[in-house]
Amino acid sequence: MSESISGSKRKNPILRTRLPTLPPAARSRVALGLTAAAALGRFELQQCRDCGMVQYPPREACQKCLSVRLSWTRQDDKGELLAATVLHHSNDLFFRERLPWRLGLVKLACGPTVVAHLHSAAPPAPAKLRVAVRLDRAGQAVLVGLPDKENVNMADDRQLREFTCDPKHRKVLVTDGKSAVGQALVKALAAAGAELIWVGHAEPWKRLPGFDELQKLPQVTAVPLDVTDSKNVREVAAEIGAKVDILVSNAELHRTHGIAARQGVEAARAEMDVNYFGLLRLAQEFGPAMRARGADGLASAVAWVNLLSIYALANFPPHGTFSASKAAAQSLAQCLRAEMRPAGVRVVNVFPGPIDDEWNQLLPPPKLAPASLAAAIVKALREGVEDLYPGDVAQEWLERWRDNPKALERELSS
Amino acid sequence: MSALAGFTRALSAGKIRVVDLTQTLSPEFPHISLPPEMGQAWPFRIEEVSRYDERGPAWYWNNFSCGEHTGTHFDAPIHWISGKDLPQNATDSIPPERFIGPASVLNCSEEAQKDADFLLSVDWIRGWEKKHGRIPPRAWVLMRTDWSRRGHDPVAYQNYDDTGQHTPGPDVDAVKFLVAERDILGFGTESIGTDAGQAQHLRPPYPCHYFMHGAGRYGLQCLANLDLLPPTGAVVIAAPLKIRNGSGSPLRAIALVETA
Repeated sequence: MSESISGSKRKNPILRTRLPTLPPAARSRVALGLTAAAALGRFELQQCRDCGMVQYPPREACQKCLSVRLSWTRQDDKGELLAATVLHHSNDLFFRERLPWRLGLVKLACGPTVVAHLHSAAPPAPAKLRVAVRLDRAGQAVLVGLPDKENVNMADDRQLREFTCDPKHRKVLVTDGKSAVGQALVKALAAAGAELIWVGHAEPWKRLPGFDELQKLPQVTAVPLDVTDSKNVREVAAEIGAKVDILVSNAELHRTHGIAARQGVEAARAEMDVNYFGLLRLAQEFGPAMRARGADGLASAVAWVNLLSIYALANFPPHGTFSASKAAAQSLAQCLRAEMRPAGVRVVNVFPGPIDDEWNQLLPPPKLAPASLAAAIVKALREGVEDLYPGDVAQEWLERWRDNPKALERELSS
Repeated sequence: MSALAGFTRALSAGKIRVVDLTQTLSPEFPHISLPPEMGQAWPFRIEEVSRYDERGPAWYWNNFSCGEHTGTHFDAPIHWISGKDLPQNATDSIPPERFIGPASVLNCSEEAQKDADFLLSVDWIRGWEKKHGRIPPRAWVLMRTDWSRRGHDPVAYQNYDDTGQHTPGPDVDAVKFLVAERDILGFGTESIGTDAGQAQHLRPPYPCHYFMHGAGRYGLQCLANLDLLPPTGAVVIAAPLKIRNGSGSPLRAIALVETA
């Protein structure tokens, strides 16, 4: 069992909040293949298509047969810890502030021997363990040696927490608590140990089912928040922005029209105002405060979650203007990711397929249940995933899109 | 002395008081909400262009956006289907002298306090006329409910439950009576809508919109400070923006009141 971190210890307010530092971020273009896999939470290494040799670290040509036909493929994550050591000195600013730091040499079952960051509960060498690929605070892929079996409080490991965005003991803002997804998110975050959850709600005179119930959770504080109102977003950020560790941007407006099925631009403009400009307003007002707290102890500002849509990848014509607004939001989220990265704050983009909610009423199943989506988001935060495609539909579309974007465009429009 | 010279002299001498009948335009002020599948009026929103900064060093200004029916606003006859083909039915074509008229202020505040769904009836109006005299032709008839005092509390102001909005307004016969037998200029309320919150269930639905606009008369909504007006004797000036073919407009409605 790992040692549990305490959430009750409050920050000493007379000490300066340390500025965020990052671990070394430079990677070759080939090495970014590992980052791409880590972003999805997949353990992939290069494998030679000619001789089958698995490669590490990433390289241009096979170290055995010199073939350049190397592909990123999923690998067995089991391995054996050959040796472990603890760093007590580093000239790197990031690690210098986090010493001592445990490292190990692991022989992977799939072939290569790798240097990995080592979880405190991994037993001394020789020992069986599991190797995960994780994104570090610089947004780059690293390997982490984990105990063979899950244990209680494993996610509380001080080193592991540098690679994840665990909601435990953190303060979270969910921008819309009136939607089914928002309510499921609040419940899932509370169950995951979030210390405080601010729940935004727009148009207070509209009473929607479940919202009153949500406010009975001890972690929950309701805040009037309308992402279409710049003044309101600014005021809420001024009030709580310096406390928010995880921001979940889930307010969305979804109408079910293409171009021909709705006269005028008003419905589409309303979608853009919430789905795109809403994100921009939140990013401008909450971004600076969160960037300032990227290294604020064990409960630092750590993640920004955007509820996008699989339709951001390819337009779904029956929901054409909604798709366009989510594509715009995805592009902006990439900009936000670049601006948050120097502070080590991860931007998690979520691409669900059709959610089982009011506006997808006429779409046939399978549809993603709000509770399943919320659970997937919490899991992604715990595992440090950056691009989340929750559910079977999203996974299938992702594979089709990666395989042939043009084919997916035609399939969705037929 | 000319009438206008006498007027300006009385104004500067404080013998005529100007009462602001307008709610402040702000993002927080409640806006009309239709079922979500329908087209929606924009709420009032404001974005800073510059504030003595790198975007404009010596000046402060904003862009604002809102629907024609936002905040304290004017309804033109073209707003409703019954008034769509009338002459001079839009904000740009209404003759400007129609924006000024004597005010008859019907104090229903006690009734509205007891019953949010209070409907103003012909009998009620006749009772008021017994005390204050017949409503003159071309008058603004303003239904005072003190609803404007809820303006700082959007939940109380909108007053929704799961059957919709509950706010006071006129009944069908009262609207017909005011148009046909009193020839009024228009009807004003303190809540969102010249019709009652539940007026979609009247026959016809939204009678004040249907008959008032069908007869080329106007509406004023979200008025404030009606409690500062006498039952008769005030003059209301309510000029909408000159929007081409506009169905309505936010406006600065004011009343002139002679002090005793």
